[in-house]
Amino acid sequence: MSEHIGLNQQLSLGKQQDENQYLTFLMAGEEYGLDILAVQEIRGWEDVTAIPNAPDFVKGAINLRGTIVPIIDLRLRFGIASISYGPLTVVIVVSVQIREQQKVMGLVVDAVSDVYSISEEKAKDVPDFQDSDNGQYVNGLVNVGDKMVVLLSLAKVLDLSAKQVAQG
Amino acid sequence: MSIDLSQFFEVFFEESFEGLDAMESELLNLEPGKEDNETINTIFRAAHSIKGGSGTFGFTSVSDFTHVLETLLDQVRDGQRTLTTEHVNLLLKSVDCLRTLLRALQAEQQPDLTEANELREKFEEILGIAETPTTVAVAESTADVTKSTYQIDFKPKPHLFKTGNEPLYMIGELGELGEIETQAFHDALPDIEQLHPDECFLSWRFFLTTDKDQKAIEEIFEWVEDDAEIIIGICGGIFDGAPKAAEQQNNEEQEVIEQTEKQSDSSPVPAVVSNVAVPSKESSKKAESQKNTETSTSIRVGIDKVDSLINMVGELVITQAMLSQIGEQEITESTITALQEGLAQLAHNTRDLQENVMRIRMLPISFVFSRFPRLVRDISQKLNKQVELKLLGEQTELDKTVMEKISDPMVHLVRNSLDHGLETPEKRIAAGKDPVGTVTLNAFHQGGNIVIEIMDDGQGLNTEKIRSKAIANGLIQEHDELSADEINELIFLPGFSTADEVSDISGRGVGMDVVRRNIQALNGSVEVASAKGVGSTFTIRLPLTLAILDGQLVQVAQHTYIIPLISIVESLQIDITKVSRVGKDLDVLRLRDEYIPIVRLYEIFNHKGAIEELDKTLLVVVESDNHKVGILVDDLLAQQQVVIKSLEANYQKVDGISGATILGDGRVSLIVDISGLIKLSGLKRPGTQELLVEQQGNEVA
Amino acid sequence: MKKILAVDDSASMRQMVGFTLKKAGFDVTEARDGSEALSIAKQQGFDAVISDVNMPVMDGITLIRELRNLPNYKFTPLLMLTTESGLDKKTEGKAAGATGWIVKPFNPEQLLAVLKKVIR
Repeated sequence: MSEHIGLNQQLSLGKQQDENQYLTFLMAGEEYGLDILAVQEIRGWEDVTAIPNAPDFVKGAINLRGTIVPIIDLRLRFGIASISYGPLTVVIVVSVQIREQQKVMGLVVDAVSDVYSISEEKAKDVPDFQDSDNGQYVNGLVNVGDKMVVLLSLAKVLDLSAKQVAQG
Repeated sequence: MSIDLSQFFEVFFEESFEGLDAMESELLNLEPGKEDNETINTIFRAAHSIKGGSGTFGFTSVSDFTHVLETLLDQVRDGQRTLTTEHVNLLLKSVDCLRTLLRALQAEQQPDLTEANELREKFEEILGIAETPTTVAVAESTADVTKSTYQIDFKPKPHLFKTGNEPLYMIGELGELGEIETQAFHDALPDIEQLHPDECFLSWRFFLTTDKDQKAIEEIFEWVEDDAEIIIGICGGIFDGAPKAAEQQNNEEQEVIEQTEKQSDSSPVPAVVSNVAVPSKESSKKAESQKNTETSTSIRVGIDKVDSLINMVGELVITQAMLSQIGEQEITESTITALQEGLAQLAHNTRDLQENVMRIRMLPISFVFSRFPRLVRDISQKLNKQVELKLLGEQTELDKTVMEKISDPMVHLVRNSLDHGLETPEKRIAAGKDPVGTVTLNAFHQGGNIVIEIMDDGQGLNTEKIRSKAIANGLIQEHDELSADEINELIFLPGFSTADEVSDISGRGVGMDVVRRNIQALNGSVEVASAKGVGSTFTIRLPLTLAILDGQLVQVAQHTYIIPLISIVESLQIDITKVSRVGKDLDVLRLRDEYIPIVRLYEIFNHKGAIEELDKTLLVVVESDNHKVGILVDDLLAQQQVVIKSLEANYQKVDGISGATILGDGRVSLIVDISGLIKLSGLKRPGTQELLVEQQGNEVA
Repeated sequence: MKKILAVDDSASMRQMVGFTLKKAGFDVTEARDGSEALSIAKQQGFDAVISDVNMPVMDGITLIRELRNLPNYKFTPLLMLTTESGLDKKTEGKAAGATGWIVKPFNPEQLLAVLKKVIR
């Protein structure tokens, strides 16, 4: 918990108009960004309880101070080959509104990277790859320095019901 | 001293709702023209309390409206007016209207007063009042900054003390209004032999210079106007040094009182004390500005329940002290024994405490039942049917949350019984029945469940009609042969209730499938039994609480699941010789004279690494919806009470799982939903309650 | 500390009156109806009694009449809480021995102001 409070405070001080803060993480060499306001905390990987007949990217559920929180492997969610979890593997706990319901979920990513302020205008710049499989999850692509960051739409990434229906 | 009245709002709302419930049920008991005094009194008191409270707490819309009700009831109470059916109906409508008003206020919304105003006009018509009598508003005279001097003569009658009034305090009060000069007269004092110590013989004259008006002075003497001679008059003009002038005038007079009386005869200021109510405008503002939007609900808990909790916490503290004492000692064999004893004690204390905490949430089902007399009255009037409602087992206790959720399905079932179950009086007479139909609500405990029955003595379900409708809706085939019970079950299927049968009473676009689904969401079940011409009975079974469940922990591969203890019939090792294979892949165990289909939990939940050989595993025989199945698990672990947590809240519904819990070591464990599991296993024939195996098992036999 | 007995069948009014008086430094005992109040009043003395009029079991007027007849309550201030529609109740109450009345609706400040007339 302390991490994200620290981050938020730090960020709100340096925040400028029309800029949003993004927490970025690494996965398979790519850098992805999440709206930092959605981030609740960052935890290490811990054993989960498997959920029967869940899609492979749902690793299971953990007990987060008395609440049952599902853990999603973002690599598998994006169809990227999974790697074994190591000491750097982190779970980013996010709170997202999905279909009018506020849900708390954990995302397994390779490692947490950085925090950036990105202007709204820039973040809206979405290249047209809506027809690609993962394109629907992307809110925008931005360049930060010489790096490219993929901004994710958590509401879509974590809308499990839609994906499952589609899969049949 | 300022006191935030909003802290009393919740209690006020709660008691008002209770009062309205009482009004409603008493009104329903009334037979116009035959009303007895106590019933009217109870109704009056409820209205009166709501009026008093709402006025005090600043809910003027409610107090204004309740005022007309109270006036009418007061007249009835005093015998000035006889109560008619029209009055009763109007009063019942007002109860509803007040509920709506109070709910809006409770939610801190602006209440819609349209209905209240309409009803009030009707009451005023009956009462013959033209204007709306609201709380007597005092024209708060804008404080006159100019000062006046009053002469006040105050001669208490001897009995004044016996009214509990104390002249000294009044004089003190008077002094707070401004500058005061006092003259006391003791001329009326009798001789010492005749002096009664509890009588008042003194009298006073005051000259008070104040910026307050005369009313403020009158208010001080308001209570004693009949117990004393009081004359209040203004002396001289504004700004004159009145006291002195007055003093000269009344210089050393003996018959002070008489004289002043004469004076005051010609005085233009009448010494009339009026009764005044000041509406608390301030408090209504507070109500509006109150921010807390979430309505907190509360339960009333009997003091005995709280006392026993306190006792238990006391025991817990003692145990804790004992354990920490042991912890400080050196570890020897005897301390370990003591530790074990202490832990056993702790387990005992915790369990007791838990049970008693749960008891706090338990309320008698009469809270739900109580809304039905009104419902039945209204609907039967609308349908022109004569109905008697019987309520049994009203004291049966149930968890508050379950209670709140079961109310709507019950309303639906009762509406259904009235609309479709009971016949019209003519039809009933033709069928040789009492023209008055009966609907019975019955509640009782059975095991860890509460059972609620909704019975009617109507015509019963029309199996022919249901069957043909089910065929028309494609739920069953023309050639399907179904027993009467199976046909009755069809009414719970989604897609059975169709638009053309939606009526004002039971339709509302909600079908029995929704009723069943809602009840199942509470881990409950509903079934129907019906006999043509005799009636129907809907039976609802519900767990007593939603929060806690007695569970059997089982192991499948490396996974731990929880099976609700209530569903478990027995657990056994499989006698492999009694197992037969049916069809392609279904194993059936012959257990005594039953055939139990074996459900392999690892298969259904898709887990690898579980024991697959039947003779090395354990079978947990469970029962759900009257069907027994055996659940194959690797091992049985402990039995324990678990606190039910939602998996759905942050994830989604998982077939075969009803929820989750957190085990002692902090890990999550999932709770198996037996009826969901049976569905998932594909054992059930679609559209029926029958298990496939029952047919196939018979073939084997 | 002065002791006051507050009698009302409505929990919210009882709480409001009780809370107000306690905050003003009185020792308050609460009762739900006249008969409960009467039995409490017989067991211990009070410096004042404030009672609602309309109550189940025993109403406020009866309570006041009963109390006034007790030797210990001969001079005790007995106040009734009444509504503006109950004008005749005031007369009835006075006849029964009430010291005075407090008109509903009232707020805590008014309650304390009125009380100062009979108890300090």
